[in-house]
Amino acid sequence: MGCNKKALVALIGSVFMAGTTQVLAGSSASMMANTCAGCHGTNGQSAGPASPNLAGMSESYFNDSMKAFKEGTRPATIMDRIAKGYSDEQIETMAGFFAGQPVYKAMVPHDAAKAKAGAETYDKSCAKCHDEGGSLPGDDAGILAGQWLPWLQYSMADFKAGNREMPKKMAKQVEKLSDAEIDAVLNYFASQK
Amino acid sequence: MANFTRRKFLQVTGGAVAVSSLGFPAIVGAASKKVVVVGGGVGGATAAKYIRMADSSIDVTLIEPNTEYYTCFMSNEVLSGHRTMDSIKVTYDGLKGHGVNVVHDTVTDIDAAGKKVMTAGGKTFAYDRCIVAPGISFASNIEGYDEAAMKTMPHAWKAGEQTVILRKQLEAMDDGGVVAIAAPPNPFRCPPGPYERACQIAMYLRAKKPKSKLIILDAKDKFSKQGLFMQAFERHHAGIVEWVSAEKGGKVTRVDAATNTLYVGDTAHKVAVANVIPAQTAGAIAIKAGLTDDKGWCPIDGRSFESTIHKNVHVIGDASVATPLPKSGYAANSEGKVAAAAVVDLLNGREPGDPALVNTCYSVVGPDDAISVAKVYDLKDGKLNGVEGSGGLTSKDSSPEMRAREVDYAYSWFANIKKDSWG
Ligand SMILES: Cc1cc2nc3c(=O)[nH]c(=O)nc-3n(C[C@H](O)[C@H](O)[C@H](O)COP(=O)(O)OP(=O)(O)OC[C@H]3O[C@@H](n4cnc5c(N)ncnc54)[C@H](O)[C@@H]3O)c2cc1C
Repeated sequence: MGCNKKALVALIGSVFMAGTTQVLAGSSASMMANTCAGCHGTNGQSAGPASPNLAGMSESYFNDSMKAFKEGTRPATIMDRIAKGYSDEQIETMAGFFAGQPVYKAMVPHDAAKAKAGAETYDKSCAKCHDEGGSLPGDDAGILAGQWLPWLQYSMADFKAGNREMPKKMAKQVEKLSDAEIDAVLNYFASQK
Repeated sequence: MANFTRRKFLQVTGGAVAVSSLGFPAIVGAASKKVVVVGGGVGGATAAKYIRMADSSIDVTLIEPNTEYYTCFMSNEVLSGHRTMDSIKVTYDGLKGHGVNVVHDTVTDIDAAGKKVMTAGGKTFAYDRCIVAPGISFASNIEGYDEAAMKTMPHAWKAGEQTVILRKQLEAMDDGGVVAIAAPPNPFRCPPGPYERACQIAMYLRAKKPKSKLIILDAKDKFSKQGLFMQAFERHHAGIVEWVSAEKGGKVTRVDAATNTLYVGDTAHKVAVANVIPAQTAGAIAIKAGLTDDKGWCPIDGRSFESTIHKNVHVIGDASVATPLPKSGYAANSEGKVAAAAVVDLLNGREPGDPALVNTCYSVVGPDDAISVAKVYDLKDGKLNGVEGSGGLTSKDSSPEMRAREVDYAYSWFANIKKDSWG
């Protein structure tokens, strides 16, 4: 399963690479995606401390996120305003660009003891969907491995406050976890190299 | 794909060409397409890097007098003592890593007809395409504000020595002193900048010199993110910050550096610290090279940022007329990428594609409180255009939690824009 997903992402990546120059009408994928780099880093590799890495994110996660920002169904500081500048087609083009980038795991400051404790919680409650330490660009899961910790914390805060809808399976797991366990598992994700 | 193959071929044959330069004249010609970038600020650095990333067969030379660049963005946090000068310093090592030939020299003229650039060091650089990104120069809208006056009434609108002077003056000031910021008329670099600066200095005053005041003497009647700044003045800086519009007597017309006095007509403001930000034009070299219009800024074609005055010369960043984009670091970075893509296309015999641009500007206005403005831009009917419905300001009603997140994202923007431009 994991292997298939990886191969698919690689395939999408190579199709994209061959098609960068002027296949679509309008701006090219790199032209549009490069405008994100001011906050999310060159090719989506963020220098932190909070803006998430986009490199290697699955197309569906990118698309869903941007469309949710656009519709105002996902809490945002600024992405709601920016997402409104793009058509669904343009969003899909950028999604292809970032899915074509290798997954980037940043060196994220974290609490090593918490990360260690978080590994157990991860195995028990998260690993099923966030495979391989959260480093696999699964269909509807974001890249959590080597992801910037404040962003992970904000995301979880939004989920827990009910401002962002959790997938049913996730809600069931999160409900069982204490704040300390959640804190630990977020540190675990941030620590992944 | 064809491009990739050619590049690969050039890499493989590079050695052979060097030995027998008569061997492949056509290929040698193709391999030595030359771009000269004038100015290694945000715009110039970004353009140089992105050209090399897109097509490493292009020979890119960037000419910049300084070996270290201090970012204007976040320099207001140096004034408040929140960060050090070192934290706003970048070097050119990153660009060298991308194979950019970095030359520390000052460009003295650009011969657009002869396609060459001349420097103070007496060198001449030939180019196929030139990218000009010299930032701003100061215009003389304020009588008495000359080079000498800048040393005691700093503008601190180009970061570096000027930032240090202003910070030292704030530190040396007695509690109870008055700080004046003379804000410039439009158009100018970083429209929210003077007001963010007021907030940052006010934070320092409240903590260290609580009897002091800060007065903004403005050449305008309204300004960027005004509602949000007014909210911040009230929320965080009440009793310290006062804004005086042009209409209400804010337009500084003359200064006397000897007595640290700003004059609005006949009304004198003798202050402890005077931060005078004059009116602006495109950087002097753009004027010298005949790239400017009658208002002192460089008109460009929005698709490629090629000058509408001189062929084969592109102007980006603050120096260009890229309306509706503001003169900001994010815009300069975004414009650098558009110019880079256009130059790569043109040098490879392709028409430049459609541009896409973004601007995002954060202002840290109080403890755990940042606000932002953003917009997405494209080309419509041949002109740069703000995409309808996109962007806008932080909501006045956004929660303290979201404002605190914006501070984190402001710092993320800072880290990423530095790395994306120079890294
Ligand atoms: C206080 C302040 C705060 C700011 N905050 C923000 C912010 O939060 N966000 C944001 O997006 N923007 C911000 N800005 C704006 C931003 O700094 C500018 O818009 C940006 O630097 C413009 O880039 P540029 O490349 O056009 O010019 P610059 O970055 O100024 O670069 C110009 C370069 O050209 C070089 N040069 C000039 N003449 C020559 C010559 N003859 N030969 C060779 N080299 C030459 C200069 O040495 C300089 O390095 C702020 C500005 C100020 C003053």
